Amino acid sequence: MNTILEVRNLVKHYPGVKAVDGLDLSIQPGICFGLLGPNGAGKTTTIEIIEGIISPTSGEIFYKGSPPTSDFREEVGIQFQSTSLLSFLSVRETLETFHNLYRNPMPLEELVSLCQLEDILDRYNDKISGGQKQRLMLAMALVNDPELVFLDEPTTGLDPQARRHVWEIVEKIKTRGKTVVLTTHYMEEAHILCDEIAIVDKGKIIAKGSPDDLLNKHCSGVTVSLPRESFPKSPEEIFPEGSGKCGAWKLFETQKRYEFRTNNVNECVNALLNIGTDLSYMTVRSQNLEDLFLELTGHQLRQ
Amino acid sequence: MHFGRFRSVRSGKVALWQISFGPECQSATLAGPRKYCQSATLALRKEAFIAKQSETLKNIMLKRFCSIFIARNKEYFRDRAAFGWNFLFPFLIIAGFAIMFQRDGHTEYKCGVIPSENPKKIHEPLPHILKDITLLKFVEFQNRDIGFEKLKHHRLDLVLEQGSDPLRYWISETSPKGTVAESLLLKALYDPGYLADKVSRESVKGRQIHYIDWLFPGILAMNMMFSGLFGVGYVIVRYRKTGALKRFKATPLTSFEYLTAQVVSRMFLLLFTNVIVYAGCAFLFNFHCQGSYFDLILLFSLGSVSIISLGLVVAARASSEEFASGILNMITWPMMFLSEVWFSLEGTPDWVRTFSQFFPLIHVTEGMRRIMNEGASIGDLGFQIMVLSMMSVIFMLIGSILFKWTKE
Repeated sequence: MNTILEVRNLVKHYPGVKAVDGLDLSIQPGICFGLLGPNGAGKTTTIEIIEGIISPTSGEIFYKGSPPTSDFREEVGIQFQSTSLLSFLSVRETLETFHNLYRNPMPLEELVSLCQLEDILDRYNDKISGGQKQRLMLAMALVNDPELVFLDEPTTGLDPQARRHVWEIVEKIKTRGKTVVLTTHYMEEAHILCDEIAIVDKGKIIAKGSPDDLLNKHCSGVTVSLPRESFPKSPEEIFPEGSGKCGAWKLFETQKRYEFRTNNVNECVNALLNIGTDLSYMTVRSQNLEDLFLELTGHQLRQ
Repeated sequence: MHFGRFRSVRSGKVALWQISFGPECQSATLAGPRKYCQSATLALRKEAFIAKQSETLKNIMLKRFCSIFIARNKEYFRDRAAFGWNFLFPFLIIAGFAIMFQRDGHTEYKCGVIPSENPKKIHEPLPHILKDITLLKFVEFQNRDIGFEKLKHHRLDLVLEQGSDPLRYWISETSPKGTVAESLLLKALYDPGYLADKVSRESVKGRQIHYIDWLFPGILAMNMMFSGLFGVGYVIVRYRKTGALKRFKATPLTSFEYLTAQVVSRMFLLLFTNVIVYAGCAFLFNFHCQGSYFDLILLFSLGSVSIISLGLVVAARASSEEFASGILNMITWPMMFLSEVWFSLEGTPDWVRTFSQFFPLIHVTEGMRRIMNEGASIGDLGFQIMVLSMMSVIFMLIGSILFKWTKE
């Protein structure tokens, strides 16, 4: 098969912890591949093993069909979750330093405009905002015009606007035909950016496929959500053991809301009206990756 | 720097292989010669290609080395606090010593003068001959007890009683300076005729080496040692701790290129600062270098490479600045005291002198002093040059073998 990256039975043990526990991946060229999972699921360990930063306990990695050679570093771009840079250098000098480490780098002007760094080129690299720093990190990952780009939680800790900026850049990388491997614990981000995802929990992949396929397969239907006050009497009494047209319900204690997952929203809404439920505060939404994760692992994603 | 070059070399690879099937072979009609021609041309081209490739590799390595070298130098010059300190520190030490040792490095001995027990003799002066002892500084006390108290606490080296005959004096048995002060006193009181039969005094000819002349190369070497060990060791450990090194691990940069850039950059900066410090001190305090400046710079550079390489060994694995700082202090302090920066090891037990030979710094101070004070040339310093070169190679080898980009 024509894969750009393949990982077979990857295992990494730390004393007392199995960080990665028999993980397989196969990534086609030109796609954006997302590794999703809670903190501590083994996402970062996995991609740092692939990048050659840490060594695995066992397992094999194939880049374009063979084990990575010295050229691998010339052809991949890497953004770590957190990186500190060389002190007392401007953004331009930081980029130049990394630019000169590669054989066939991307022209600097092109890189600067791709990552929207024009305004901060002459500022010291520690005197820029979080979003700007993240864009600089992206630029450093792209400085060698790589074929394969690893982005480890590129938007964690950013405000919504800065996050959108990063998404735009990732979209541009995709249109250049690069393969992107991205880790995130934001479901929305994975849904927007990724063509294919793998959900990782406790060092193992528990599901993989395109986001929509996974949703269709594991989480069909919609979610109807109502506050507790909307019901004439408590839903525990109205729908004992989850019976009724609306199917099973779940109580979300903190939000004080009940959620029904149903395949037939019309029948469910009728049933609710029939028992005298106030629908003023009702919300209906389609299933998202967070539901999928809950479905698959039985625990909350953002721990 | 020109980046397009490497692309053209890459495309050059394609061009070369195409030429091997080029016009000179096309004309051959028979299968045999043509085949021969092809393979011969191929072999030739392949050789040329490999040669070109290795040249390209050298260029790439040099480019990566320069990139880190330039970044490191910029960082050094922009870090104002550390930069300023590198200049100020040796100046302050030299200036301090120049003031303290205005008498060309001689120490003064303090002699307390206390009143006689006999109130009648209280205003009798000391024998006139004592005033000629320039190394004794006389301090008068109205109260005898204060004088004795100060002698006990080593504030005074000797106490004399006014109006006593024979002259009464006290020293502290535990003070080495007291013994020296005593002999100065006794020497002044001897009849010169008595001494004439026993000893004969002569002075060495030629230029005198003042203590400050002797000290100056030591101070420069010490400054180089601190700057080399802490400047390189600390920076690498900090970058490993923060993850800046981890980022480099993800690039084609090799540890050899990175470490060489660190060594060369620091050597260059040490030369730069110390040439300025040297010039400043030479101007202010009128130092002379008897030997050639070229030899001095050569020895100093080799010395800095050996010491920086020692720093690389310390910084090879550590990811805690506190740990690194402890180790560096453990190395620098004994090295400073056993490398004749402040005092000569002449007369110390043999094992101390043997042990001191394992420190690179002693070979630097020794070599610099011989060049500056004795006018030795680099040819006279074969031993120092050999030892420092060997230490540089060994330390650098150990440092690069042990080196890790990341904290484990």
